[in-house]
Amino acid sequence: MRRFNLANLLTEAVRGHEGWGRQWRSPEPKKSYDVVVVGGGGHGLGTAHYLAEVHGITNVAVLEKGWIGGGNTGRNTTIIRSNYLYDESAHLYEHAVKLWEGLSRDLNYNVMYSQRGVMMLAHNVHDVQVFKRHVYANRLNGVDNEWLTPEQAQAYCPPLSIDPRARYPVLGAALQRRGGTARHDAVAWGYARAADARGVDIIQNCEVTGFRRDPATGAVTGVETTRGFIGATRVGVAAAGHTSVIMERAGVRMPLQSFPLQALVSEPVKPVFPCVVMSNAVHAYISQSDKGELVIGAGTDQYASYSQQGGLQITTHTLDAICEIFPRFSRMRMLRNWGGIVDVTPDRSPIIGKTPVPGLYVNCGWGTGGFKATPGSAHVFAHTLATGEPHPINAPFTLDRFRTGRLIDEAAAAAVAH
Amino acid sequence: MSAQAYRLPQGGRIDRTRPLAIRFDGETYEGYAGDTVASTLLANGVHLMGRSFKYHRPRGLLSVGTDEPNALLSVDRGPGRVDPNNRAGAVEAVDGLVTGSQNRWPSLGFDIGAVNDLLSPVLVAGFYYKTFMWPRSFWDKVYEPIIRAAAGLGVAPEGPDPDRYAHRHAHCDVLIVGAGPAGLAAALAAAGSGKRVMLADEQAEPGGALLHDPRATIDGLPAQDWVAQTLAALDGHENVVILPRTTAFGYYNHNHVALVERVSDHLPLDQARDLPRERLWQVRAGEVVLATGSHERPLVFADNDRPGIMLAEGLRVLVNRYGVAPGRQVAIATVGSSAYTAAADLAAAGIRVTIVDVRLAGDCAADVAFAAQHGIEVLAGHTVVGSKGRLRVSGLVVAPLRADGSVGARRTLPCDCVGMSGRWTPAVHLFSQSRGKLAFDAERDAFLPGTHAQAERSAGACAGDYDLAACLDAGFAAGAAAAGVSEARTFQASPTRTGFQPMRVLPTDADPGRVRAFVDFQNDVTAKDLKLAVREGFHAIEHVKRYTTTGMATDQGKTSNMNALGYVAGLLDKELPTVGTTTFRPPYTPVSFGALVGPSKGALFDPVRRTPIDPWAEAHGAVFEPVSLWRRAWYFPKAGEDMHAAVARECAAVRDGVGIFDASTLGKIEVVGPDAAEFLNRMYVNGWSKLAPGKCRYGLMLKEDGFILDDGVVARLAEDRFHVTTTTGGAPRVLALMEDYLQTEWPDLDVFLTSVTEQWAVIALQGPRARDVLAPFVSDIDLGNEALPHMSVREGFVCGVPARLMRVSFTGELGYEVNVPADYGRAVWEALWEAGRELGITPYGTETMHVLRAEKGFIIVGQETDGTVTPDDVGLGGMVSKVKPDFVGKRSLARPDLVAGGRKQLVGLETEDPHERLDEGAQIVLDPSAPVPVPMLGHVTSSYFSPACGRTIALALVADGHARMGETIHVTTMAGFARATIRDTVFVDAEGVRVHARDS
Repeated sequence: MRRFNLANLLTEAVRGHEGWGRQWRSPEPKKSYDVVVVGGGGHGLGTAHYLAEVHGITNVAVLEKGWIGGGNTGRNTTIIRSNYLYDESAHLYEHAVKLWEGLSRDLNYNVMYSQRGVMMLAHNVHDVQVFKRHVYANRLNGVDNEWLTPEQAQAYCPPLSIDPRARYPVLGAALQRRGGTARHDAVAWGYARAADARGVDIIQNCEVTGFRRDPATGAVTGVETTRGFIGATRVGVAAAGHTSVIMERAGVRMPLQSFPLQALVSEPVKPVFPCVVMSNAVHAYISQSDKGELVIGAGTDQYASYSQQGGLQITTHTLDAICEIFPRFSRMRMLRNWGGIVDVTPDRSPIIGKTPVPGLYVNCGWGTGGFKATPGSAHVFAHTLATGEPHPINAPFTLDRFRTGRLIDEAAAAAVAH
Repeated sequence: MSAQAYRLPQGGRIDRTRPLAIRFDGETYEGYAGDTVASTLLANGVHLMGRSFKYHRPRGLLSVGTDEPNALLSVDRGPGRVDPNNRAGAVEAVDGLVTGSQNRWPSLGFDIGAVNDLLSPVLVAGFYYKTFMWPRSFWDKVYEPIIRAAAGLGVAPEGPDPDRYAHRHAHCDVLIVGAGPAGLAAALAAAGSGKRVMLADEQAEPGGALLHDPRATIDGLPAQDWVAQTLAALDGHENVVILPRTTAFGYYNHNHVALVERVSDHLPLDQARDLPRERLWQVRAGEVVLATGSHERPLVFADNDRPGIMLAEGLRVLVNRYGVAPGRQVAIATVGSSAYTAAADLAAAGIRVTIVDVRLAGDCAADVAFAAQHGIEVLAGHTVVGSKGRLRVSGLVVAPLRADGSVGARRTLPCDCVGMSGRWTPAVHLFSQSRGKLAFDAERDAFLPGTHAQAERSAGACAGDYDLAACLDAGFAAGAAAAGVSEARTFQASPTRTGFQPMRVLPTDADPGRVRAFVDFQNDVTAKDLKLAVREGFHAIEHVKRYTTTGMATDQGKTSNMNALGYVAGLLDKELPTVGTTTFRPPYTPVSFGALVGPSKGALFDPVRRTPIDPWAEAHGAVFEPVSLWRRAWYFPKAGEDMHAAVARECAAVRDGVGIFDASTLGKIEVVGPDAAEFLNRMYVNGWSKLAPGKCRYGLMLKEDGFILDDGVVARLAEDRFHVTTTTGGAPRVLALMEDYLQTEWPDLDVFLTSVTEQWAVIALQGPRARDVLAPFVSDIDLGNEALPHMSVREGFVCGVPARLMRVSFTGELGYEVNVPADYGRAVWEALWEAGRELGITPYGTETMHVLRAEKGFIIVGQETDGTVTPDDVGLGGMVSKVKPDFVGKRSLARPDLVAGGRKQLVGLETEDPHERLDEGAQIVLDPSAPVPVPMLGHVTSSYFSPACGRTIALALVADGHARMGETIHVTTMAGFARATIRDTVFVDAEGVRVHARDS
């Protein structure tokens, strides 16, 4: 693999960039692998990378039904933060943020992690209580998070309106300075390139259509695919919105619902928005990309669906909120609006670990917030696949918790005001 | 330069009797009504209009329409009305309009950013993924700010936006998108049916391509006369609505089409103010006819981006529609026939034209003969290998193609304008958005509508019909079918020059690694960028797009996608469709946020719910707080009082005398029917069968996961009738949950649910003197302790108004909640308040209500609970029925982790410093000096200064809290930690005697 660095870039510039090779191969699938990862998004590719890098397991295939990074990895609004309330979540997402901070160099691929700060707006007394609870809990967990007055919030993000006469005035904000954004496609490609360099086979246009299991033990022995049977005694599924479909093929019914989640970008403009702002109360998430587009996230549709197209009313409602909080953006224009399918668990926290089928592991249920966790999720899932046991960080995120009641309910933690 | 030096002496659809002037980069340019900004500038010889995104290359107009990638201007219509990134050819010229170029400094002619052009060998596709990684902290501190400053196009509007935007929802039987020949024919066919027809077109004038086609005839009429006649005919049908300047931009499920109408941007600047700027139409159409036409493809050759190099059809539009000569000496490069028509039109206007046709002479003989008739020189069998000029094209470098495919000697054709014609790309965007499947058509080298997903038809050029008569026939057939009429009609029309030779990148003798042949003009993506992407393994077209950014600019690839796709297919030696089709997403062209928002801003962003007593509270100086959609009186400060003082006074009044409180926002659901009690048994944790009519009971409701969802007092009015109250914010979700269960799980239960939140005003009288205030107004209800004890309800009259009178208390004091019909709410309130004044009656708000209930240890759902709290956790485990066979959440309550030790339990806290008020949300730890991560026991849920206790009090959820009574713990503050002691939750009247008022 030719290293990515300025010297090589300049060398190639002189010779017309003829010397760059493929960033990842396009191999024919082998008959069998030590580990098969189903799903070529950030989580799946990252898992393969860490299997190879951390655990030395390189006889690995990543099976992707379309093109890698084409699902939610390439469709999300790239917000990264770790200011979660509960210890379990804070440790998981903080693990991810720490990996994000060194990811470009680990992968030798600039994933453009930009620590621009993530600011969450409080619009009522209840928000204030909830966000302060987060700030206090985060600090005790070693996660940076601070409370801002409305004036401080506006100083951090000048386009913000703090007009006290607003329908939902800004009463304060919680700011995580280490949070920010990254270049989503680069995450998939960077992991793919790094994993491929260690021998991992990335196989695109290969859909898993079924599972083969040992009749005696019930353990997984491989997967049926559109490109034939591929043997593996350890299979990790990381298929986001279609996880429930894949797992059903293994006879496992997952506690997941899939919904369309929409996002949009504006036309590009010169730098105008310095950070990430989220407002849960009015459903608006916004940042500005390096290219200059305002990147705006909406809420999920009300109805479960596998169609990557949501309703216009979700989009307009989000823009209502954006223009309410940032009145100067009224004359900006929406350039592109799209949807992805997110898989949501009953407690809005992910499932990372074992399944009732021996040898079959699952990493899913990230709902609307999976991108930020990509490196952390992949790292602990690789540990789980390599050792057969969860990493201490993902140990609480079992499938079993929905039976025992040991939920990690971050959504409830932000309960609606009354 | 003399004014309008490039205006042709005649022709065009401009109104030469109405001159106007616009400004561009500080200079004034004259034009006429009917001009666009682009045609005005070109009439004055201005071709340089912008700079490209990455290399800051000088750029001029490429297209005259919404597919324009280069000529993006800022437009200033007055204070607050400055917009970036407007396509010069799509902005109608208005007298006094101020426009400017973008993405350049210090000037359009001399732009420092053009240094990027010199660095272009380094700044290839994806270069930023390969560098800027050292040192680690430099990315967002150094590199990224530089990249961001260089990127972006125009400057974001300053705001606030003074314009308003309208929304309109409409239904029709047939929606026709596009009023070119196919759309007009479709409208003609549908109009006579009497069905409701809507015809929308993005341009100012209906007619489409016919507006710039002086040669075409339809049924013996010149095409433009046919357009006028057709419009007149449609005008005679009341069932037909024509919407000009209206772009259909989104096609959603169930034939839901979103369109944006530009209502007033084209009006004189001083006339537009009374109208909305834009109007969003959301149309639900029975049938949709897409007649959206096609876009011309540029040719890919070295330096094909200089100002003055345009699409050939655009030249035709300029000459015929705007009476503008795009140049004096024009070279037209083409791979097909349609450019010959453009050349003939230019020649007819007196412009010298040379055609460079890549096709060999034998393959284009008929076109060459046509050109000869018009005195046009044709270089057949020639390729284009470059262009000359800097801020304006000055020459086209061409070379003959030899029989073996190699390229002969170069020569330069002097010219001041170049037309390119690389065949057509049908505008299948809306079809694709409708979830229809595209099919590749090799003959046309284009994707066409394949399998339809909705009640939709595509007709005309967007379906691959390029011949005028075929367009008209297909349009008519589509319109007739959509309207359900059987009429068939064929049109006689002049033939259209069509046909081409597929050629994805023009042959060249240059080193392909050196030349820059642009595919995506705005994002500066060249053929060699695409080649690099393929070399690096990006083979799926979506990967190529994302890696190179081709097709991701503000034109969303209208001119570039097919060239990129074709070129990549060639590099991979695959058939084009196997490389993938690009996905078309809304919007078709960018849509302002303002139009999408419409009236939903300010006070209309979300409706404000107000109680009947709200105006009284406002008149009496209340400070309000938002609670879900409601605004509620928070406290009633007297002159000179802050919140703390006001709340202390209000609290004292309730404990010592009487307070009056507006509880109208409480959710209220009337549960009626023979099975009403059974229904409530299943919904709530506690039992209802034994509750006698006339009695009230506090109810607790769980989610299926066993955690508290809502609470409230339920009054049984009769055997079959319950008056259920919910929390203010919980009312909608409780009703929805109840309906969900009733309709899907227990349809056998005979119960009706009615939301009556808005029907009843609720006045709470609380305090030892409450009965004294109330009694004079009640004639038919015995208020005595025996007759109406705590937790009872009676129906009767209060102030002569029918009322549901409940004796309930959320304060721990003697209390009543007077429910009266909402229309009487204010009158009853005022009567009670007037009568109570001599007893010192004090209005109080939600803050005092919170303090009083916290003093009693009463929970507020959403504050003491957060969706992870069981009844037992908050000390209400005793309420859970042990005998009921089932209720919502019962099974979950038995889950191992809901009965395990270590759960967080509700306790009271007293700080060491009686004046230290803890932050709500503060965390509780045993050892503040423990290393991070510090183990946490729980958090503070409520915290107030309690006037009754003369100190601060708090409620908290603490792990194993019930077993920790008397323990000292540490609570986080913004500065550090505060010490506090754990105690029980009832701070006032632990015996609970006051609520019974037995001594009175």
